Amino acid sequence: MTAGEHSAGDGRAAGREPAGGEPAGGEPVGRESAAEPPVGARFREHQARRGRGSGAGRGGGQPAVPDAEFRSYYGRPILKAPVWRNDIPAYLFSGGLAAGSSMLAAGADLTGRPAMRRAARLASAAAIGASTFFLIHDLGRPKRFHHMLRVAKPTSPMSMGTWILALFGPASALAAVAETAPMLPQRGVFGPARRVLPVAGTAAGYVAAAMAPALATYTAVLIADTAVPSWHEAYPQLPFVFAGSALASASGVGLLAAPLTQSGPARRLAVVGAAMEVAASHRIETGMGLLSEPYTRGRSGRLLRAARRLSVAGAAGAVLGRRSRLVSAVSGAALIAAAALTRFGIFEGGVASAKDPKYTVVPQRQRLERSTAMSPSPPDGDVTESAGR
Amino acid sequence: MVGENSLYGPLDPAPDAGYPDAPARMGFFTDTSICIGCKACEVACKEWNGVPDHGLDLLGMSFDNTGALTANSWRHVAFIEQPVPAGQQSPLFAGTPTGPSGAPAAAARGARTAIDTGTAPGADPGPHPESAARMAAGPEFLGMPSSGLPGRQPGREGRADMRWLMSSDVCKHCTHAACLDVCPTGALFRTEFGTVVVQQDICNGCGYCIPACPYGVIDQRKEDGRAWKCTLCYDRIGGGLTPACAQACPTQSIQYGPLDELRERAAERVERLQASGESTARLYGHDPNDGVGGDGAFFLLLDEPEVYGLPPDPVVTTRDLPDMWKRAGIAALTMAAAAAVAFFGRSA
Repeated sequence: MTAGEHSAGDGRAAGREPAGGEPAGGEPVGRESAAEPPVGARFREHQARRGRGSGAGRGGGQPAVPDAEFRSYYGRPILKAPVWRNDIPAYLFSGGLAAGSSMLAAGADLTGRPAMRRAARLASAAAIGASTFFLIHDLGRPKRFHHMLRVAKPTSPMSMGTWILALFGPASALAAVAETAPMLPQRGVFGPARRVLPVAGTAAGYVAAAMAPALATYTAVLIADTAVPSWHEAYPQLPFVFAGSALASASGVGLLAAPLTQSGPARRLAVVGAAMEVAASHRIETGMGLLSEPYTRGRSGRLLRAARRLSVAGAAGAVLGRRSRLVSAVSGAALIAAAALTRFGIFEGGVASAKDPKYTVVPQRQRLERSTAMSPSPPDGDVTESAGR
Repeated sequence: MVGENSLYGPLDPAPDAGYPDAPARMGFFTDTSICIGCKACEVACKEWNGVPDHGLDLLGMSFDNTGALTANSWRHVAFIEQPVPAGQQSPLFAGTPTGPSGAPAAAARGARTAIDTGTAPGADPGPHPESAARMAAGPEFLGMPSSGLPGRQPGREGRADMRWLMSSDVCKHCTHAACLDVCPTGALFRTEFGTVVVQQDICNGCGYCIPACPYGVIDQRKEDGRAWKCTLCYDRIGGGLTPACAQACPTQSIQYGPLDELRERAAERVERLQASGESTARLYGHDPNDGVGGDGAFFLLLDEPEVYGLPPDPVVTTRDLPDMWKRAGIAALTMAAAAAVAFFGRSA
C-alpha cells in the first residue's frame, strides 16, 4: 500500500471548481509572529518537490512513502488516541515476562534445574504482581477494578485477559511461595507445609505454564482490536512479536540468574525468542506501507531500533558467552531491556498513528478508490455512491 | 445471542442483543444542508444531560469553539468556510482591502490551537495545518496562502464567493459498535431502541472504548475518570419524547425517528438536492452494508466526510476479531513449541 498516487483534492468527485484564490506555489508561509511554530514546514518540502515534479504528488526520486495530500477538519485527528499512560506498555512487558518466566520455570522443573526454576518462578510472580498493579493503576476509577469480573466477553480482549490474569496470577504466586519451603522449620505448624508446598508448587507451576502462551499473546489482540490504524493493521504479526519478546525476556531471567551448568535451554530460548521478535517486528516496520511509518519515526522509531539492536546483541551474547557468567548475565539484561523497549515502541507507534489524521484518511480513501474502481457501476452515477459510504 | 452477522454485516442490533420484542430502531438523520450553525443542539444537550462546560475558548476554527466531540460535548457543530464560484454575482468582499475570504490561512492557524476540554484526549490539535488549508480551499486545494496583502496578490480578478458548511456531529450509534464490543465491564450496552449507552455506575474508566471507536466519539472526563458520550437521550426516548438536540433544532436539520423512515426520507432529500443542481450532496452512514453495518445516526453532507472530521470509510475493528484470536492462537502454539524444543530438543 503506498500513498503516492493519492490526491485528495478530488475536484471531479466533488463537482465544484473554485474560481479564485491565491495561485499555487506562492511564498511559503513564514508568518510575522515569532512565537508561533512554523506553519507548514512540511508543506514547504512538499511544494519544493511539487515544483520539480510534473504534477501534484507525482514525480520520481521521492521517498518510499511520500506525504499524501488529504483533507481533514482543521488538520485535527479523527480518532481519539488511547488515554492509556505508560502503565499499559509496562503491563504489556511485565505480562510477557511473567508468561515466559513461568514456562521457563516449568521446563526447569521438568528437567531438574533448580536454580533456574527458582529464579524463573520468582520473576514470574513479581512480574505478574507488577502487571496487576499497572493494570489497576491505569484505570480512571481504580476502586472499580472488580467490575471487570462482572462479565466474560470473548469480544473484549481486555475481559478475556482479566480472566487469564485471574487464573495465572494465583498459580504463579503459589509456585513462587513453594520456593520458600526449604526455609521453613521442619517441626511445628510449618512442618506439613514444608512437605506439601513443593508438590503444590509444581502443580501450580504447570497450571501457570499452561496459561502462559495465552497471557503473552492476548495483549497483542488487545491493542490490535482498536481503530488505531497502525495497531489494527499489524494484527497478524503482533502476537508473534509479543510471543517472541516474552520468550526472549524470560530467557534473560535464566541467563541472569542461573549458573552456566543450568542455562543451556535459556540460551536456545534466547535465540528463538529474539529471532521471532525481530522478524515479526521487521514485518510491522516495513510491510504495511504508510501504516508502517509511525514505527520508524520519532520516539517509536528510536525505541524499536534500540530494541532490535539489544535483541540481536543479547541473542549473540547468549550463544557466544556460554562460558562466561558475566557475558551471560549482560546478555540476559539486554534481552529483558529489548523486550521492554519493543513494547513501548509498538505502543508509541500506535498512539502516533491515532493522533495524525493522515493515517486514518489516506488508507481509507485508497480502500474506497479500490472498491470504486472494482465496482461495475456506471462512471456517471458513482459520485454519491462512492462518497456516501 | 450470536448470529451470523453479529460482528459484521447488515443486522438489526436490538434483537441480536437479546430483545425479543424490540421496538423500532430509533436514530438521527442530520441534514447538514439546512444546518444554520446556531448550536442550539449543543446547548440543549448540555442542559438536559447535565454535561459540564469548559468555559469560553476561542479556537480560530470559524465559529467552532467546541473543537470536537468529547466527553463534555455530545453534539459538536462543525464550521467550514470554503470559496465557491461566484457565478454572475459580484464576488463577495470584492473591492475591499481584505480581498476574498482568507479561509485557508485562517484554517491553517486554527489547526494549531489547543483547548482544555477537561477531558482526555479531548480536542487535540493535529500536525497538519496544510491539510486544514486544503479543507478550507474548497473542493480543490489552491496552495498555501501567502503572507502578503491579499489585495496585492495576482489572481484577484477571479475571486470567489464563499460557502459555509455546518454540520452537527454526534455519536453514530453504530450497528456494530466497537466501543460496546470491547468494553470489559459491560458498562456499555445496547438499548431496546438499538442505541448504545454507557452505564455510569459500572464504567471503571479502563479507556478501552476510546481508541476502539472508528469515529473518535467516546472520550474520558479527566476528573471523573469515566467514559462519556451521547445516550441518544435514553431517558427521554423511553418516555416517548424527542431527544433534546432534535427538539431544539430550529430548522429540522436534526431529525429523530425510526431509522427506516429516516433512511427513506434521506434518500428522497438527497435525490431532490441532486436534481436541483447540488451535485456535492451525498449521504454518509446510511448504508447497512458499510463497514459498521450502518449508523443509527447518519448524515447528509455537502463535501467529502473527512472535511467534516468524519472517517471516509470506517470499519468496525471487531470485523477482524476472529482472525485476530486465530493469529494469537498460532503464536501461542509457536511459543509453546519453542519452549519445548529449547528444553527437550535433541541437543538438550
